Amino acid sequence: MSKNDIKVALIGNPNTGKTSLFNQLTGLNQKVGNYPGITVDKKEGKSKLSETQNAIITDLPGTYSINPTSIDESIVLKTLLKKDIKESPDVILVVADVENLKRNLLLFSQIKDLEIPTVLAINMVDQMSRKGISIDLSLLKEELNTEVVLISARKNEGINDVKEAIIRCHVAAKASPLCGINHQIDPDYFDKLKEISPNFSMYELWLMVTQNNYPEEISSEEKQKLLDFKKDITKLKKYQHKETIYRYQEINKILKKTYIVDKSKAKDLRSKLDRFFTHKVFGYVFFVILLLVIFQSIFDWASIPMDFIDAMFAEIADFTKDNLPEGVLTDLLTEGIIPGIGGVIIFIPQIAILFLFIAILEETGYMSRVVFLMDKIMRRFGMNGKSIIPLISGTACAIPAIMATRTISSWKERLITILVTPFTTCSARLPVYAILIALVIPDKKVFGFLNLQGLVLLALYALGFASAVLAAYILHKTLDVKSKSFFVVEMPNYKLPSIKNVFYEVVEKTKAFVFGAGKIILALSIVLWFLASNGGEKYNNAEKYVTENFVNQGLSDDEIQQKIASVKLENSYIGVLGKSIEPVIKPLGYDWKIGIALITSFAAREVFVGTLATIYSVEADDEDTTTIKQKMSSEINPETGNKRFNFPVGMSLMVFYAFAMQCMATLAIVKRETKSWKWPLIQLFGLALLAYVSSFITYQILS
Amino acid sequence: MSTIATLQKGEIGYISEESLDFIPLKLLEMGCLPGAEVQLVQIAPLKDPLYICVNGSHLAIRKETASQIKILKVSL
Repeated sequence: MSKNDIKVALIGNPNTGKTSLFNQLTGLNQKVGNYPGITVDKKEGKSKLSETQNAIITDLPGTYSINPTSIDESIVLKTLLKKDIKESPDVILVVADVENLKRNLLLFSQIKDLEIPTVLAINMVDQMSRKGISIDLSLLKEELNTEVVLISARKNEGINDVKEAIIRCHVAAKASPLCGINHQIDPDYFDKLKEISPNFSMYELWLMVTQNNYPEEISSEEKQKLLDFKKDITKLKKYQHKETIYRYQEINKILKKTYIVDKSKAKDLRSKLDRFFTHKVFGYVFFVILLLVIFQSIFDWASIPMDFIDAMFAEIADFTKDNLPEGVLTDLLTEGIIPGIGGVIIFIPQIAILFLFIAILEETGYMSRVVFLMDKIMRRFGMNGKSIIPLISGTACAIPAIMATRTISSWKERLITILVTPFTTCSARLPVYAILIALVIPDKKVFGFLNLQGLVLLALYALGFASAVLAAYILHKTLDVKSKSFFVVEMPNYKLPSIKNVFYEVVEKTKAFVFGAGKIILALSIVLWFLASNGGEKYNNAEKYVTENFVNQGLSDDEIQQKIASVKLENSYIGVLGKSIEPVIKPLGYDWKIGIALITSFAAREVFVGTLATIYSVEADDEDTTTIKQKMSSEINPETGNKRFNFPVGMSLMVFYAFAMQCMATLAIVKRETKSWKWPLIQLFGLALLAYVSSFITYQILS
Repeated sequence: MSTIATLQKGEIGYISEESLDFIPLKLLEMGCLPGAEVQLVQIAPLKDPLYICVNGSHLAIRKETASQIKILKVSL
């Protein structure tokens, strides 16, 4: 960022097209960073205002007022109160919805009183004639004493006017308050407040007192004086109410002269659509059908690119192996790094498709209706109407699901949702369930038509949902997290989704996953590779050992290679690790080989099948499940002489995989979203304990 | 006593001046002002939340909040 760049803060109510304007101004020149010391993502982008002038635009979270009620919103206040020359904005760009101008001007009037140069962009003006609205622009500019631009961000109209207004506003650099609340409410009280510090405007000081938010630039003496004002909290609250009423009175006066709505011209589709989408029968029916469609697409559409990615990375690994000289580095590349990257990339189709749907639902305004329908039900379990979306998406993958909790403003409700999402049966559990069910559940019909294996799978999905809801309820009753919760959801107008906004949203979320969780998956894949391909003396002499001991048994070359591989695995570091945890997992019915699979599938659950395949000397690239199944099926438990994978062991393993938090990627994302190691660690150990105890009970009862 | 929560679906009322202190600041800022016309647009299938239209804002609020906001009904 160069010194001459204008720092612009973009502020507006939710659903005013703020994101559209940001996208139009910056294009893909966006990056997501962190606010220093605050746990909310900061979205910034560079915009070319003119040939010689650039601007750095910060997209602040959508808010109805600068008095915050959520962590997101408190960012707005903190940014605006900063006096630090590096961080405080030079110009504020307020976006307002033309149809809801009165309410949008409340936020504008507050910002104007901070005495920072401000540009008002009135958006969606293409809707004006349809809604019967007319505006006297020059009079409005005069009354508001600021630059006002009419734009239509989705249609890319008026964007240049915004850029020019920002430059003009920056050059003029003078700003005066709009409302001057002091004399209308209690002149003495506010005069005393103003005397505290000459460096801040009266309204800034008022905000510090009411919002308990003191910038670094305020001295401790001044702060003490401000704290005195907090003593009479009833008065404070009353004045805040009065302030808001006063602001609305002033806005009404201005709008009366400049803004006319001819209601007879307004055509409203909203009420008809609302009647359908929030209907007590059709509303739910539509929602369920929609879920099934989303569900289906995540599995169907994503499977084609996922298979392709899988095959492509196998090809790349083979190609690299064939074309590079043999050695540790090549092994690291072909067995550690390439499959590691593949393991990240393979999730992209599911994540992208899921976010595509969520972005469309949000853009159209339908999401608010779902929240409205579900709030009462979800509230009983300590969650929020908005929690339903993450819980459903969790059946594809917990990672995007946890990212989707950001829309929940109450921290406690959001945290509970994040903590219980991993209970839902994600797609990585499917291969594990599939092979275990095939091994231990007989393929027969119940009641003549229901497939028993299918029923067990369905039961596992039900177990996932039931435990998520139950866990939420327990957390709701026990979790002592303070968070101001106040539920109000705006029901925006229905709109056709903007392709540009949807596309940017999908790109941003996918990027966040690849670079956030991806790093950790990759790192741990390399660690696992190292542990599986190194070992002590016996590991290094595996070839010699196998050739000496099995030379006379008439084994084919392939069989000898498999034997070597299995001896190597047994004596690799990870094999030794598996053996060392055997005493712990024995009460669950597992041996050290299953132990290895448990450890390796900590990285990702689906690794379980591949690991067992390797352990039971099946060629690693042989994807023919019947072979793996046959090998697993013929594995004998030496202590009992019976099959290793009998009914109790199979059930115990399925229960273990239903609960255990075996997914580094999810832990990484929980860490990222909660900005602390505390919650992922609680999740990891809590769920491990739950998995252990449940599997123990399952195995002991069944055997 | 009439509150937003006692309105019938589609019914209109005016927020009374005396409930000023009971309206959460956030709602006030979103346009839920004393004297404003408020219409109950829709009731969620489980009787909660309520979907209201006030001062051009379409909002869903929980019944708990709605029952604190007194209104005067229009007699037709």
